[in-house]
Amino acid sequence: MSLFSNTAVLLGKELRTEFRSRELLTTTVVFILVVLILFSFAISPTTEESREFGPGLLWLAILFAASLMLQPCFLREQSNDTLSSLRLAVSDPFSIFLAKLIANTLFLLLTELIMLPFFAIFYNVPVLPEFHWLLLVLFLGSLGISVAGTALSAISAQARMRELLLPLLLLPLLTPVLVVSATVTVSLFEREPIVRGKGIAFLAVFDVVFLTALWLFGEYLLEE
Amino acid sequence: MGMTKRIIFGAVAILLVIAAAYAAFFIAPEERTMGLIQRIFYFHAATAWAGEMTFFVCFLANLLYVWKRQPKYDWLGVSSAEVGLACITVVLITGPVWAHPVWGIWWTWDARLTSTFVLWLLYVSYLLLRTLIEEPDRRALLSALFGIFAFLDVPLVFFSIRWWRTQHPQPVIMGGSGSGLDPTMSKVFFFSVLAMHVLAAFLIVERYVLEKMKSEFDFLAREVEAQ
Repeated sequence: MSLFSNTAVLLGKELRTEFRSRELLTTTVVFILVVLILFSFAISPTTEESREFGPGLLWLAILFAASLMLQPCFLREQSNDTLSSLRLAVSDPFSIFLAKLIANTLFLLLTELIMLPFFAIFYNVPVLPEFHWLLLVLFLGSLGISVAGTALSAISAQARMRELLLPLLLLPLLTPVLVVSATVTVSLFEREPIVRGKGIAFLAVFDVVFLTALWLFGEYLLEE
Repeated sequence: MGMTKRIIFGAVAILLVIAAAYAAFFIAPEERTMGLIQRIFYFHAATAWAGEMTFFVCFLANLLYVWKRQPKYDWLGVSSAEVGLACITVVLITGPVWAHPVWGIWWTWDARLTSTFVLWLLYVSYLLLRTLIEEPDRRALLSALFGIFAFLDVPLVFFSIRWWRTQHPQPVIMGGSGSGLDPTMSKVFFFSVLAMHVLAAFLIVERYVLEKMKSEFDFLAREVEAQ
């Protein structure tokens, strides 16, 4: 039980820290917007092409944004020197990761939901007809990004060149999430039900594999 | 391993590779449609197998390091990652050399090619991460953990691309080893696989010895500095 109560307290702390300033959310939203607009300048797609390539660009923008957004996750603790007290405060260090990754998933989902209307308008794609499925893909994809990203940001925070290192470690690792989320999103816009179930199951498998790995090895990431 | 043993090991590895090259060029029959260029397959696929084996050794070394915390597993981890990366680099170069005359293109975003490339990127990141952490114990632990995550990712990368990115018509890839290989070809191929594994093992041993010396030197240098 202490895992859940610890996680709940830490999650409250993460959310309070962010919603006091909202710096992370605002900068991420603006970043995704800038990237999406630059993409459409770079390829100037027609409606047909938008439906085919739009989701890929959207997920790429989310991936880039996440690799920047996840930077402060452990860096903040390190620069304030709060990591050791956090570790002393909880019985299971996994709750630190759990709180951070839930917070990161929520932040990512929130930015995605803010971006979705803009994406739908700029790229002229129908997001509403299959909205519940889209929400599920966004959730599973963001969860995968957050699980792997939270683990790797604990690694990169302890290295030199950390701002460059995190995207370098994270982006190749997230290839499966990009491939599958983008394909499933395309199939939602084009109303192909075949890809959907398998893709969503695959995303869930990715999330479970990395959650289990984090649960097994997370405590070593925080060793001094 | 003593010096004499290492020299003998090296000589055996080099002789095996020379013998495999001879077998690939002169013993294996010429493939009917592809002709001479098909002979690169004996190096290409054998090196790929050796490289994958090497990354598996790296994964085991990473797990053992996290568990036992003995520097020797860290040395084994970095050695096998570097040798594996060298093997996969050879694979990524010989592949296009073969593909250009046979498929008419250098590269295609097919499952096997793409996942090999992502594998290469992941282990480049692994080695890069190692250069960016100064403190030896922390470097060993964090890179071991990244190595574990990276290795777990490899099957996911492969299947995600295989199931979702190969729907479009692709050039026909060779139907894997075993499927319709001529018996002599198959013998030559498995001999090449053996040769490449021995060569990879020899390189890992040499790299391990080097890493061990480096770590001892760093330790002594720090001792001297402290005094």
